[in-house]
Amino acid sequence: MTTTKFVDIDFSKIDSDRMRLNVGPQHPSTHGVLRLEVELDGEVVTNVIPHIGYLHRCFEKIAENMNYQQVIPYIDRMDYISSMNNELPYVMAVEKLLGIKVPEKVEYIRVIMCELNRIANHQIAIATFGLDAGAFTPFLYLFRDREYILWIFEKATGGRLLFNYFWVGGLANDVYPTFKEDVLNIVKQVRKTNKEIEELLIYNKIFIDRTANVGILPADVAINYGCSGPVLRGSGVPFDLRKAEPYSIYDRFDFEIPVGKGEVGTVGDCWDRNIVRMREMEQSCRIIEQAIEQMPDTGDVQSAIPKKVRPPKGEIYFRCENPKGELGFYVVSDGKDKPYRVKGRAPSFVNLSVLPEISRGYLFADLIVILGSIDIVLGEIDR
Amino acid sequence: METFNVFEKIFGLNFLSALISVILPLVFLIIYALIAILGELKISAWIQERLGPMRTGPYGILQPLAEVVKLIQKEDIVPAGANRLLFNLAPYVIFAGSFAGFAVIPFSAAFVPAEINIGLFYVFAVGAFAVIGIVMGGWASNNKYSLLGAMRSASQMISYEIPGALVILSAAVLANSLDMQKITTLQDGGFWNWFLFGGPGNWTKIWIIPFTLLLSLIYMIASLAETNRTPFDIPEGESELVAGYHTEYSGMKFAMFFFAEYSNMFIVAAILTVVFLGGWTSPFGTFMGGFWWGIFWFILKAMFIVFIQIWLRWTLPRVRVDQLMYLGWKVLLPFSLVCFIVISLYRIIY
Repeated sequence: MTTTKFVDIDFSKIDSDRMRLNVGPQHPSTHGVLRLEVELDGEVVTNVIPHIGYLHRCFEKIAENMNYQQVIPYIDRMDYISSMNNELPYVMAVEKLLGIKVPEKVEYIRVIMCELNRIANHQIAIATFGLDAGAFTPFLYLFRDREYILWIFEKATGGRLLFNYFWVGGLANDVYPTFKEDVLNIVKQVRKTNKEIEELLIYNKIFIDRTANVGILPADVAINYGCSGPVLRGSGVPFDLRKAEPYSIYDRFDFEIPVGKGEVGTVGDCWDRNIVRMREMEQSCRIIEQAIEQMPDTGDVQSAIPKKVRPPKGEIYFRCENPKGELGFYVVSDGKDKPYRVKGRAPSFVNLSVLPEISRGYLFADLIVILGSIDIVLGEIDR
Repeated sequence: METFNVFEKIFGLNFLSALISVILPLVFLIIYALIAILGELKISAWIQERLGPMRTGPYGILQPLAEVVKLIQKEDIVPAGANRLLFNLAPYVIFAGSFAGFAVIPFSAAFVPAEINIGLFYVFAVGAFAVIGIVMGGWASNNKYSLLGAMRSASQMISYEIPGALVILSAAVLANSLDMQKITTLQDGGFWNWFLFGGPGNWTKIWIIPFTLLLSLIYMIASLAETNRTPFDIPEGESELVAGYHTEYSGMKFAMFFFAEYSNMFIVAAILTVVFLGGWTSPFGTFMGGFWWGIFWFILKAMFIVFIQIWLRWTLPRVRVDQLMYLGWKVLLPFSLVCFIVISLYRIIY
């Protein structure tokens, strides 16, 4: 039995104006098992403390006990919405350690898959962002389109969400014969739906009222916090690793970096972050079209896969532009067939850290919108 | 057209006719709620390119029944630290408030449960009752989300009652009556006699047609806010407040909240129908007119309004609480006030 202990409290000194509210880990809008400790003054948010770790799966420790190829399925499970993009920096890091040059066809398939997955990721981001603002129908329109992309992945790799498709030195298997036509059809469909979404959601008066001038992230704050991806570009900083330090074959394509310009509000508000994603989908479509055109039809996608992946002693940090931002892997090799250390630099984790900074002083409903505009995936944050 | 209560004619003015007059709207309400729930499921599916429920009965038409059965079976949980009495009472208070409104809804020239000469005033007065239930439920739940939802709801519903009441007042000025049957009878003779188009009268009414159109629009918006429907479903704003004031409710008590919401939707649709769309009168004069067709027209018009409410819900995002207040006090209220003044002047001049 517990006994009640009475303590002398000066009630006049207790801060009774503010309310502490636990948002999550079971909450419809925390995008996973995130817990936000919110301090409210009426409806106004005075402080937010994100608590993470509910989805921690010891990725980095597991990676030390697997050989290099076996790490890839675990990497899939980091940002499970854009697994293709997750695999790319890791396999490229190990390839660089090994000094392997992969065949042309592999490079093109990787780029197409990554850009398709980028579209799928942004579709989810915009869909759930709309859902946070209360619009349910665009959510389903975007999920319908994402389904078509997943069908391509399913046909090509056998998986819908977690692929294990990019291997060190090549791919798990070649793409199927009608791959090109399917991809071009998707591009057409994505453009059509995006137009619809712009009318239905993006330029909707209520949606603009909800998201413009909310959660303003100035460029200097974004850089200081280390934000990347659409969160950084939404603040008007044209930094995209695909352009800044082109990896793979991204220097061969003609595309632009969309940045937030504050068209309906201030630069760096939630609407800007969202429109950057919207426009990146169009740029991804352009890249895919060019890649499909240039892609060689022949070539063995497994020719460069080494029999045994045993990189020489050394360390490497390799970063790629994930849909959510800069995803980097720091791989240390001690010359054995298992990595000595694999450290992931997850963009969601870094982007989430800016949440308390930009949500103070806004209403509670805005906090949810701001969180949605950052587009986090808890699998990546907790790893 | 002469109006009367058909049951009073048959059975005389006694307990039996009164009982039937009470039971009949309740039966109607239950059937309507089942249809509206199915409508919500199917219309949302249609808008979102889904199929909606397909397994329960042909095309899933038994889905609402299945859901009612499911809700009855559910465990009735009272959260720890909740105020039991208020917690248990709240859903019934809300439902009572909305069901009481049915007393004066004229379904036909031959049937209105209680024909009183201040029907419009009455339906507004009992409609405000729901706020008490929501605040009760939100407060008694011992949950911060519920409390926030209840507080939002109280401010929202009270704010939107004012423009709504001004609209009704304008209509009352135009009709020179608060009696819902009398307002309906005035609009008899065709859709050009509806108050939506300035009401009955000679060519001079063209001056007020823009204002009556605006008034009906204002009432439509205000009624959405009063019934907590999207884009004004802030009290139960799913994305931030989980389910708002009814977060802690389960089973039959939750069903009562749900039922009350659909009942409220019909009440506001019925008010809009009576005041602006001519109630049970036929839109084509005497064609398909009369007592029995009246029921058909009334329910058709009201259900059309309900359809618009559902349609909006699945199209629009949700506004924020301060934007809602802005819209209510700084947009709808001045506009409805201007319309009210113009219509009053019109009544004085003509």
